[in-house]
Amino acid sequence: MSDAEHPTEFSPTASIDEFEPVEVFPETGDMDLRPGSDNCYKCTSCDTSCPVAEVDESFPGPKFQGPEQWRLKRGEDVDIDDSILSCSNCMRCDDACPSSVPLSQMHNTARGEYVEEHMDKLSREYLRNRMLSNYRTMASVASKVPRLSNFVAGLSITSYLGDKIMGIPSERDIPPFATQTFRSWWKQRGGSAVSNPDKQVAYFHGCYSNYNTTEVGKAMVRVFEEFGYEVLVPKQRCSGTPMFANGMLKDARREAEVNVRELGAAIENGADVIASCTSCSMALRQEYPELFDIEGIEELSAHTYEAMEFLRIHEDLHSAIRDSEVDPQAFAYHAPCHARNQGLDRQAVELFRELDGANIEDVGESCSGISGTYGWKSEKYETSMKIGAEMFDHMEHAEGDVGMTECPTCAMQMNHGTGYEIRHPLELLEEALVN
Amino acid sequence: MAIREDVIVIGGGLAGSVAAIEAAETGASVRLVTYKKSTLRHASGLIDVLGYTGDDPIADPFAALGELDDEHPYSITGETAIRDGLARFDEITGEHYQGSHTDANALIPTFGGTVKPTARYPSAAAAGIASDSRPMLIVGFAGMTEYNAEMLADHLDSSGVPFDVTGIECTLPGTYKHDSRVTRFAKRLDINEDVEYNGNTMGSREAVVEEVKPHIGEAERVGFPAFLGDDHTAEVRSDLERLLGVDVFEIPMGPPSYPGIRLSDQLKRAVDEAGVRISDGNPVIDFEADGDELQAVIVDSKGRNVPYHADEFILATGGLVGKGIQSAREAGVTEPVFDCHIPHPEDRYDWFDQEAFGDQPFASFGVRIDDAMRPLDADGNAEFANLRAAGAVIGGADTVAEKSQSGVSLATAVVAGEHAGTNAAKQEVPQ
Repeated sequence: MSDAEHPTEFSPTASIDEFEPVEVFPETGDMDLRPGSDNCYKCTSCDTSCPVAEVDESFPGPKFQGPEQWRLKRGEDVDIDDSILSCSNCMRCDDACPSSVPLSQMHNTARGEYVEEHMDKLSREYLRNRMLSNYRTMASVASKVPRLSNFVAGLSITSYLGDKIMGIPSERDIPPFATQTFRSWWKQRGGSAVSNPDKQVAYFHGCYSNYNTTEVGKAMVRVFEEFGYEVLVPKQRCSGTPMFANGMLKDARREAEVNVRELGAAIENGADVIASCTSCSMALRQEYPELFDIEGIEELSAHTYEAMEFLRIHEDLHSAIRDSEVDPQAFAYHAPCHARNQGLDRQAVELFRELDGANIEDVGESCSGISGTYGWKSEKYETSMKIGAEMFDHMEHAEGDVGMTECPTCAMQMNHGTGYEIRHPLELLEEALVN
Repeated sequence: MAIREDVIVIGGGLAGSVAAIEAAETGASVRLVTYKKSTLRHASGLIDVLGYTGDDPIADPFAALGELDDEHPYSITGETAIRDGLARFDEITGEHYQGSHTDANALIPTFGGTVKPTARYPSAAAAGIASDSRPMLIVGFAGMTEYNAEMLADHLDSSGVPFDVTGIECTLPGTYKHDSRVTRFAKRLDINEDVEYNGNTMGSREAVVEEVKPHIGEAERVGFPAFLGDDHTAEVRSDLERLLGVDVFEIPMGPPSYPGIRLSDQLKRAVDEAGVRISDGNPVIDFEADGDELQAVIVDSKGRNVPYHADEFILATGGLVGKGIQSAREAGVTEPVFDCHIPHPEDRYDWFDQEAFGDQPFASFGVRIDDAMRPLDADGNAEFANLRAAGAVIGGADTVAEKSQSGVSLATAVVAGEHAGTNAAKQEVPQ
């Protein structure tokens, strides 16, 4: 017998007009996640969609991290479980939940609270995570001297010390920095080649297209110009994606304030915001309004698109592709988890199936396992590779020997697991549409 | 109007997937728009057609169709549609499902210890069929609170099955967190990952065999909770059978339900192979119409309203659990996308019966349809000329109590898909 009171005169059909809801939890200034928590009916769709729980038996899964932990920590003596740091923030649970429980929002707030209140700010783990989350700061220094940075990064002593001192897995190769950043190329080019006040887009290139894969950023510019758009490249900071995933919410807010202000000015002048990285577009669209209360943040969310998504909606991209051709090449395409969450996981495959010369195959629904900074931590490396095993296997069985994805860190993992060269859909769009 | 197809299907469960494939077979261009993971993923994976019309299980569902009301979906689709639906299902699932050799229902044990009359069942469940007289051992694992092997065996025994059955609780090799125990172990079995067992490191399949083997006794078949692998389930089962020396089968269980997940994945592959385009992850929230003709549905793409145009539309968003039908104090019972009429008593205290297993009015809530599967308004006219419904969004029968939801989904899906596909073709203007 439980110690609950016996319901003496309960009748399900009796009128409950006089019902007074009891305030179970005192009001706080925090976001109220209770309605989301109450919506969970334990169908386990989140748990069966979680790539970490599938390979790591010490991880209790998103249902625990979300609604269950949220309820538990209402109690006075319960702290947030440290397993929250093993969540990779792939956000697949959001996409799975039929009851729209805001799982990733719960995870992000719990992780932020854990890092803020329970993590030793002088610990190696904290410092390493802080450094990884602030990739932009590191990259902006390194790309001042790209050749030297690439040389140093390629030394085996760097890799050895990285593992021993910082907890960066020695198995991974630090990505090379471009010899010229995207922004410097843009400046040298003299900005947009098209002037069109009626068709303007503001490009959110993010850190990786600026410092590393600048060809993706250049492809974005040329493809949009081909459709008659004037491209703007406003001042910008990191989208915050790696900061959310590491619970560094203060850092993320600092960056978000700049992005909201600068991109907001472009939106005010009639531009929409275009991202080429699906995690950047995810951050601007969903995580910003879920986590921060900044003037103009909803506007930014409502005006942000992923590049191909925008063209599919506003231009007749399918006809343009049907009339084009490229050099024969087969691609093994992987949809990033964050593309999946925006409903964008099928668009590249759908589009390039109609492109003469291109042969594209979806390598399946599994997660690549790297999840941004997650796979860049020595203690998570094994989990990261176990998650990625299914994708590597499917890539090797696919006809193509060139990979394709929108996400820069998925691309690193695809290359790391198979040795394939990895391209961005915008690069193929450029080849097909721009002379 | 960048996004345009002949047919748009809303909802990616059993009904939506089959309707999309059916429409694609007519030569139409089809797009399947889905939002969250389907309730199919936590269903049993059993495909029922008609299990009960009264207290006793039905032997031949087709022979019992005459007993159904006029407003029952089967009375509207007719028997041919049920057979066509099953034929389509058999074609999609191939060797992964059995039962097509007969019209008669099979009796399959469930994790509650009952036997369920069902028309098709996963090959993984085949050796557990209750009409087989071979002695049975049922294996459970400590910590799986909803699946108790000893209780399950006792219930089966007392229901008068024609075989000896015993249950035993074993321990899962390895240590796990409570919530993720089943998914983690299923993955281990799927790839035969190494696990620590009795101080040794061995493949997880071998470890399970070592744990279960001492209990086999006289049993000629062994039932496990339905978590024997995911993508490689046939391989897992055949390894266990070889090492245990007896037939192995799965007993469908509550969530997480691998038979449902596997079926859902198989349907998605079939939809893709049929050339259907898929937009997954965003909800349909509204529509554009010209009189009684739908022009487009509006997809909420993370805050942006994107129109998806088509000639024909199929609503396969599910019932009350799948949220294709909603209920609220003030608004009553509603269909949220097109606001189709759903007959229901005005007083919400008349929506249910006091007896939990009584004749529940809410169980029959759903749109009413004409013989072209078009949802009807309160006056009995089609809500829209080019909107059809399939699956659990259709009411008029308590498909849970009579064990008929899969059959209703399949039958309405093939009729809706076929009508939508051929009607869209008629509207094509010659170039």
